[in-house]
Amino acid sequence: MEWGNDIYKAIKEAGVGQVAYVPDAGHKILINACIADNDIKAVSLTTEEEGIALSAGAWLGGEKCVMLMQSSGVGNCINMLSLIETCRFPFAAFVTMRGQWHEFNPWQMPMGTTTRQALETAGCLVDEVENPEDVGAKAAATLHKAFVGQQSSVLLLSQRMVPVKTFGK
Amino acid sequence: MSERAESFPLHRREVAKTLLHARDDMLIVTGLGSTNWDFTAAGDAPRIFPLWGAMGGAVPTGLGLALAQPNKRVLVATGDGEMLMGIGSLATVAVQVPKNLAICVFDNERYGETGMQTTHTASVADLALTAQGLGIKDTGVIADEDALNADLNAITAGDGPVFRVIKVRAEPLDFVLPSKDGVHLKNRFRLDLLGSDAV
Repeated sequence: MEWGNDIYKAIKEAGVGQVAYVPDAGHKILINACIADNDIKAVSLTTEEEGIALSAGAWLGGEKCVMLMQSSGVGNCINMLSLIETCRFPFAAFVTMRGQWHEFNPWQMPMGTTTRQALETAGCLVDEVENPEDVGAKAAATLHKAFVGQQSSVLLLSQRMVPVKTFGK
Repeated sequence: MSERAESFPLHRREVAKTLLHARDDMLIVTGLGSTNWDFTAAGDAPRIFPLWGAMGGAVPTGLGLALAQPNKRVLVATGDGEMLMGIGSLATVAVQVPKNLAICVFDNERYGETGMQTTHTASVADLALTAQGLGIKDTGVIADEDALNADLNAITAGDGPVFRVIKVRAEPLDFVLPSKDGVHLKNRFRLDLLGSDAV
C-alpha cells in the first residue's frame, strides 16, 4: 500500500492543484497525503461523476485536477465523461480495482470485470499496474499522457496490490 | 399546482441579461439546456462556458473553476432539472466553502428540452431548503424583480458559496444557440482568461 506515496510524488511533480476523490481504502495513503498538503485542494465528492466535471472546470481555470476512485465508481462516470471527450479536456484518474483478485463481494464483480471496457468505450486511454514497483513510473506516465499529451488517461491499480477484504470471515 | 409557474413574474431571458451585465469580469458556467440559450441571448461571450450535455455537471464544473481561480467571481446558472440531477454536488460545494462561487437555479418547474414536463419542484421539492440542508449557508428564493435587484450584490460579490433559486416563468421561447463545438468553447474560455499560451 506504500505505492500510494509514489502516486503522490508523481502528482506533486506534475504540478497538480486539485485532487478529487471518493473515500477508498486502497487510496487511503494517497488521499491522506493530499488532504495534508496545503498546495493541493482535496475535494471529497458525493459521487464520482462530480469529479469529472470538477476536472473540466479546473482546467478551464488553468489548474490540473486528478481523480481518485474505485472501479465501482467508474460506472457512475460514463455520461459525464462525454464532457471530457467532446471538449477534449485533459483528464487523469487513478482507479483501485475490485472484482479481480480474491474478491469477497460478488456485488463488486459486474463493474470490476468491465472497468477497462467501460472506460475505453467512453474514450479513455487505459493502462494497468500489477507490480507495486512499477506504480511510480506508471503514475508519472499517466499524468504526462493527460496533461502533456492532452488525453483522457486512466491507470488501473490491480486488486493484487490491495489487502484482501474479508468482512471478518 | 403544476400550472403556477406559467404566471411567475420573472422572465428568464431578462434575469440572464441582468446577471450577465451586473459584473463584466464574472466567469459563468451554464447548464443544459435553457440557461445556455438565456445567456447566449443575453450576450454570448468567451467567459461563458455552456454545457450542451453532462447533465448534473454544472455545479461541479463551476466549483473546479472557482477553486482554480479564487480571485475571480464564478457564477453557475442552471435549471431546476439539471440541478436535481447533480444535487449532491451542493454538499461538495458546502464542504469546500468557495468564497467566490454563486449558484443561481433558474427554476421554471419544468424540463424545457424534453417538452416542458414538470420537475419535482413543481409539486414538492424545495431547492433552497435542500441547499441549506446540504450545508450552504447563504441561500434564498427570488420570485420578483425587486428581490432580484436586492440580491444582485450577494450573487455577484457576496461571500460564497451563495445559492439562489430564481423562480422564472414557464414560457415558450426561441432557441438562441451558442457554438456546440466543445473544443472551441473550452479554448475560447481559456484564451480569454489565461492568455495566448493557454491553447
